[in-house]
Amino acid sequence: MEHIVIIGNGISGVTAARHIRKLSDKKITIVSAESDYFFSRTALMYVYMGHLKFEHTQPYENWFWKKNRINLKNGYVENVDTENSTLHFANGDSLHYDKLIIATGSKPNKFGWPGQNLNGVMGMYHKQDLEKLETYAPNNKVCKRAVIVGGGLIGIELAEMLHSRHIPVTFLVRESSFWNGVLPNEESQMINKEIISNGIDLRLSSNLKEIISDKNGKVKSVIIQETGEEIPCNVVGLTAGVSPNIDFLKDSNTRTESGQSIETGRGVKVNRYLETNISNIYAIGDCAEQLDPIGNRRPIEAVWYTGRMMGETIAQTICGNRIEYKPGHWFNSAKFFDIEYQTYGWVWAQPKENEARFYWEHESGKKCIHISYDKNTGEFIGINTFGIRMRHEFFDKMLTEKQSVKYVLEHLADANFDPEFYKLHEKEIVTKFNIENVSNIQLKKKNWKRIFKVN
Amino acid sequence: MKHIQNTGLAIFLVGLLTFTSLIFIGKYEVTPEILNNLIDSKGIKSELFIDNMKNNVVGKEFTNPFSLSSKIISSLETANETHKQNSEWDKVIWDKPHSFSYEIAKLSGSGIVKEHKWLFWWLTFGLGILGALMYIIPNVIVKGPPGIKNNRVWFNAATNRGWIGWFVFIFLVGFYLLLYFRPDYIVNWTYIVDPISKNISGNLASQWFLYGFLYCVVMTVMAVRMYIKYRHNKYQILRTTSVLFFQIVFAFLIPEILVRFEKPWYDFKNAFPLDYDFFYSWNLDQLIASGGLGLFILIWGIVLTLVIVPIMVYFFGKRWYCSWVCGCGGLAETLGDPYRQLSDKSLKAWKLERWLVHSVLAFALVMTGFTLYAYFSGADAVLGIKTQTIQDIYGFLIGSIFAGVIGTGFYPIFGNRVWCRFGCPLAAYLGIVQRFKSRFRITTNGGQCISCGNCSTYCEQGIDVRAYAQKGENIVRASCVGCGICSAVCPRGVLKLENGPEKGRINPTEILLGNDVDLMDLVNNK
Repeated sequence: MEHIVIIGNGISGVTAARHIRKLSDKKITIVSAESDYFFSRTALMYVYMGHLKFEHTQPYENWFWKKNRINLKNGYVENVDTENSTLHFANGDSLHYDKLIIATGSKPNKFGWPGQNLNGVMGMYHKQDLEKLETYAPNNKVCKRAVIVGGGLIGIELAEMLHSRHIPVTFLVRESSFWNGVLPNEESQMINKEIISNGIDLRLSSNLKEIISDKNGKVKSVIIQETGEEIPCNVVGLTAGVSPNIDFLKDSNTRTESGQSIETGRGVKVNRYLETNISNIYAIGDCAEQLDPIGNRRPIEAVWYTGRMMGETIAQTICGNRIEYKPGHWFNSAKFFDIEYQTYGWVWAQPKENEARFYWEHESGKKCIHISYDKNTGEFIGINTFGIRMRHEFFDKMLTEKQSVKYVLEHLADANFDPEFYKLHEKEIVTKFNIENVSNIQLKKKNWKRIFKVN
Repeated sequence: MKHIQNTGLAIFLVGLLTFTSLIFIGKYEVTPEILNNLIDSKGIKSELFIDNMKNNVVGKEFTNPFSLSSKIISSLETANETHKQNSEWDKVIWDKPHSFSYEIAKLSGSGIVKEHKWLFWWLTFGLGILGALMYIIPNVIVKGPPGIKNNRVWFNAATNRGWIGWFVFIFLVGFYLLLYFRPDYIVNWTYIVDPISKNISGNLASQWFLYGFLYCVVMTVMAVRMYIKYRHNKYQILRTTSVLFFQIVFAFLIPEILVRFEKPWYDFKNAFPLDYDFFYSWNLDQLIASGGLGLFILIWGIVLTLVIVPIMVYFFGKRWYCSWVCGCGGLAETLGDPYRQLSDKSLKAWKLERWLVHSVLAFALVMTGFTLYAYFSGADAVLGIKTQTIQDIYGFLIGSIFAGVIGTGFYPIFGNRVWCRFGCPLAAYLGIVQRFKSRFRITTNGGQCISCGNCSTYCEQGIDVRAYAQKGENIVRASCVGCGICSAVCPRGVLKLENGPEKGRINPTEILLGNDVDLMDLVNNK
């Protein structure tokens, strides 16, 4: 029986395993050094905050794996022998595979800051990071202040985490406004306000110069590049992005005497079929780097959803239906303290040449939408929505059908996904668009038949 | 703010301690008049019992309810034993011993509590309410801006099955055991609500009036907590208001006012088979004897169960009843809200749930079948089983132990919907309609789920919501009461409770939205 070995038990690897099992009877083994069972990485923050226990982050009960004949092996892969199709583990074990899927995810970036390996400095990515955080920042007596370096999604989540335990936080953001490489200025400003209103000491346009040690090799303070200011702290969170977690491949490439090495760049290089340069080895998820970027996407996408979709795709290929990885329309979501964010299609931080924008913000300053459309053809390109939930299916359909912004606004009531009885803002939104664009779009009433595609 | 909260907690505990200690104080003396009145009103023919009472009880002063109760009950039981041996059936006193003893105790009590009812109301209920509100209201500021703030839920000994949870468990179970099985021990509690009962129904308070009043107070105070916790969520605000309204007006005020006008006590929203004694012969007789209103109640009760309930479930799901109207649900959604995360989400628990809840429904229906057969045929036994026996078993096991002692007592251990999930026959009935013929579903928003597990953890019914959401499937489950918390706690806006066309309500998917259209078609429409 063909043996499929998957390195990494995150969303990509586990999705691949589940779908391979659905489609076939192949022998499946998932290898992980991080945890015995699959857990939702994005939920780690809620464990620290006390919303969940770690076991709640595990989407499948422990009996699931045996029942579905998915072997779980705890071990750290040190070396991939591509010639003999064998994995060598740090503890001396080895494992033969017929096909190998590399799904090892990411690791936090470290940019060579002085002091970046001191005790009390950590990323917020692995289960072990959570354990470290629990040691170094259990409460505001042990951790009198934490400094977070890097203004992305993990950074703001870490700020929320520490804030939940009343630990004062200084948040160093390199950019002039939070996440403004991704978010347009309006949304970015809104999140700045949300961060500050939660009592976080937000420092924009601020870089880390160095981390100072006390005499026991533990963090004592940080120094800011721009001002030279020294901020005393007990914990430093490094959240300046992530990069593919493939050091073990780079090591093994140099050490393998026989066999071809796996081609890597920043990540494991794959073609559109998620195949590497070696015929029985594939890579999916955060650690995969597309040889040619797909559409407007980046060659490496460290996003939950793309990991899952690659897992769904690779299972087809492994089971005999060789299929290209063709992600559909871009979507993503996040939550910034109390403000939920969803995006469908593309809304770039800076409009491209052919793009026009429409922005509406609620008087509370906690809700907004930002629509991007083609200024010549009127075609809908994408939407950012903050504090209002919208239907994924609706916008997916709009994008596939290449509908105009006018059509989207007319049917905006169908898109709303907020809980029942919530205040609706579609009228206000459409009115504002009409005034700004001297148009006469009439909002249609919400229609269940359209929403559920019933004829 | 923390000081106000701590002071509030201290005041609450003083009120609770005072309330609890009332059981142990007071004086009881059964006068000859009380005994004579009892003999007349109950038509007691047992000289043995009367003699026992005269020798052991009448004219003696008891300093606690326990010794009084034990003397009355031994008087009753020794007399009954002799009469049964001699086949003097008309002399046997058939009353439940502790209810019988309660009636005597209620009349014979004296002492500080009975003399200062309002004072003790303030020292118990008053302090409890004041303290609880002082603890709850500062959360507007303490917990930060509106939004989901489940911080520290799993670190808190009150909400993670820690020592406080176990303590509350013991207290609640003890309370329900006293309420259902030892009402004669808690007459002091009923004294402090006598003035209120007098004002509403014109009668002195029974233990059931006490329970109803306490229920309303607890729900109201904990509803304030809900209003603060979910002040950003209009669905939760309206739902909380609705359960509170139906509890206070329909379950408490209207029945008591009916009694004032010498009409039968009836809760118009309590549908059979949750209202399991609706078809008992004493109830049918009483309704038929109560003229037009009685007849209306009889028809209403039947129409409610057979027509209104299923039609409403078709349009709105069982939530319209379970989390918008029902009293049990009302308590679960207010007092029980802090415990929702304790429900068991395992597959095993789901299997147990299906067996148990449908067995209770079957039991209720069989019992009612027997009851109605006996009522119309005049027989007192069916297939050799006495109707009274099966009713007693149901009342004890399901009505008291399951719904009360386990249903509420176990909040801090198994979560707030133990009764609704594993035991309620009405929920089982509504669930069957909801699963197979309803427009209600929880829609999953395409491919947006990140499997974080907040929805499953905070589902009071123990539904593994995430198992569906992460596959892009809508949630259509018999047990879902539509509380809406899964949707509220979702950090990615994935879940929405809604009523829509039946077609496509259940949407099994292999590949999730967001993928290449060709792959989705290939796999999902194969």
